[in-house]
Amino acid sequence: MTTGPAAVAKDQDGGGDDDGYRPSERRLAHEAYRRGRARRSALIAGASTLATAVVLYLLVVNSPGWEVTRKTFFNLDYARQALPEVLKGLRLNLELMLGCGALILVFGLLLAVLRTLRGPVFLPVRLLATAYVDFFLGLPMIICLLVMITGVPALRLTGVTTDPLLLGGAALVLTYSAYVSEVFRSGIESVHPSQRAAARSLGLTNAQAMRYVVLPQAVRRVVPPLINNLVSLQKDTGLVSIGGAIDAVYAAKIIASRSFNYTPYIVAGLVFIVLTVPLTRFADWLTARMNRRQVQGGAV
Amino acid sequence: MSGAEVLGLEVLRLESVRKTFGGQVVLRDVDLAVPEHSVTALIGASGSGKSTLMRCVNLLEGVDDGAIFLDGEEITDPRADEDAVRRRIGVVFQAYNLFPHMTVLENITLAPRRVHGIGRAEAEAKALELLDRLGLAAKAKEYPDRLSGGQQQRVAIVRALATGPRLLLLDEITAALDPVLVGEVLSVVRDLKEQGMTMVLSTHEMGFAREVADQVCFLDGGVVLEQGPPEQVFGDPREERTRQFLSRVVASGRLQG
Repeated sequence: MTTGPAAVAKDQDGGGDDDGYRPSERRLAHEAYRRGRARRSALIAGASTLATAVVLYLLVVNSPGWEVTRKTFFNLDYARQALPEVLKGLRLNLELMLGCGALILVFGLLLAVLRTLRGPVFLPVRLLATAYVDFFLGLPMIICLLVMITGVPALRLTGVTTDPLLLGGAALVLTYSAYVSEVFRSGIESVHPSQRAAARSLGLTNAQAMRYVVLPQAVRRVVPPLINNLVSLQKDTGLVSIGGAIDAVYAAKIIASRSFNYTPYIVAGLVFIVLTVPLTRFADWLTARMNRRQVQGGAV
Repeated sequence: MSGAEVLGLEVLRLESVRKTFGGQVVLRDVDLAVPEHSVTALIGASGSGKSTLMRCVNLLEGVDDGAIFLDGEEITDPRADEDAVRRRIGVVFQAYNLFPHMTVLENITLAPRRVHGIGRAEAEAKALELLDRLGLAAKAKEYPDRLSGGQQQRVAIVRALATGPRLLLLDEITAALDPVLVGEVLSVVRDLKEQGMTMVLSTHEMGFAREVADQVCFLDGGVVLEQGPPEQVFGDPREERTRQFLSRVVASGRLQG
């Protein structure tokens, strides 16, 4: 079945089915009216966007401190100077994001599955996983980072790293695993019980039903929210710099403190935005595609 | 009742089964015997406990009292291995419950491969043979959402058959289908009867129950109120409640009086 624009276009050029179809006067009139409305909407949207932009521009430019602000935050010379340093630091952010991201997915999924285990043997596992998630959902990221970076070296444990980068990464993994496990858990709970019933009816054990029937559907459903978590993680990798690792934010800070000009911060911020926009658009696209599929898909 | 003992082996037996949900009694005191190679049709109003009875047999629900026997072995015994019991029973649901992330072939071969340890090639060959018999071989690589309701339900039947179950439970398998598609699913059930499959089915298709069933059980108020061969239950019901139920069904056009 073809629907939407494809079908219309086919009909308009005389009918691919060769059934001699010619659009009626009524249809042509309706379509002309709709085109007129669409043109009008586009005009209004353009005009209102332009007006908003002008108002914002005038507001900013006419503010009393604009001249000073422009020099300290939007200085092209400093931007040119900062960009290579920021990009060099960004490498660290990307490495952290990829490395921690992979670990977070594994631990998050593990935590979510542990919490679904039934049976008395697993009670302590279930309790521990629940307590872990509750604890790290509530703990502010920055405190977790500070405790890891300053607290762990203070313990003077032999064989445990004191590298602030690794400890900072560990703090990211600890916190984000809790977030991500909740995402996975909501995915698991969104799979209709009848799916599990069908799997169990076929003789699959609880674990098999989870592995072959529930998890594959659950994971697919939570891909968009997981990407949003990844975007958030990407930004939070900047926090690792509080331990002294030179990432994009810290690189900007070094230049800024040298020159008393804050343009490098703006540069670092823009770089992060440029990285995250494609990811969020990708998540949007995935969500839209899944919604379309769900509309097509019938029962269950 | 209907010569169950004469027919020999008894696949399924329910004795005084009681099941309540939060104080509401759904099955009060159900006795039922299903001989080998026979078809038992459960009829009754919505909420009379047909589906609950099926779910109890498949151990998706525990019973409060009474016992259920599969091939003479008490499966309601808490020591029974539930997974082993379910392996011997095939179930087809009203809403098909196919796995949407798997192709038709993967849906069918999942249990043979993962539960019964059959190799992929062998499981697929068997699945294709069954699909072919139901005229669905061309759909093997499709995902369920590309199939019509009737096709999905026939795939669900193949999935339930693929493990060679001892007993097949069909829970209102045509209730979600439009009248045109009902026929293709019912003809599959007819074929299965020919092949001697032992089946318990709940249905609102009285004409079909009359045609295919060896015994008909009328569930009402949590008990099997009337039980017997279809000619007797439909043609000359002993109980007043059965008569009332059937006349309502006739009025709704589901059974040619």
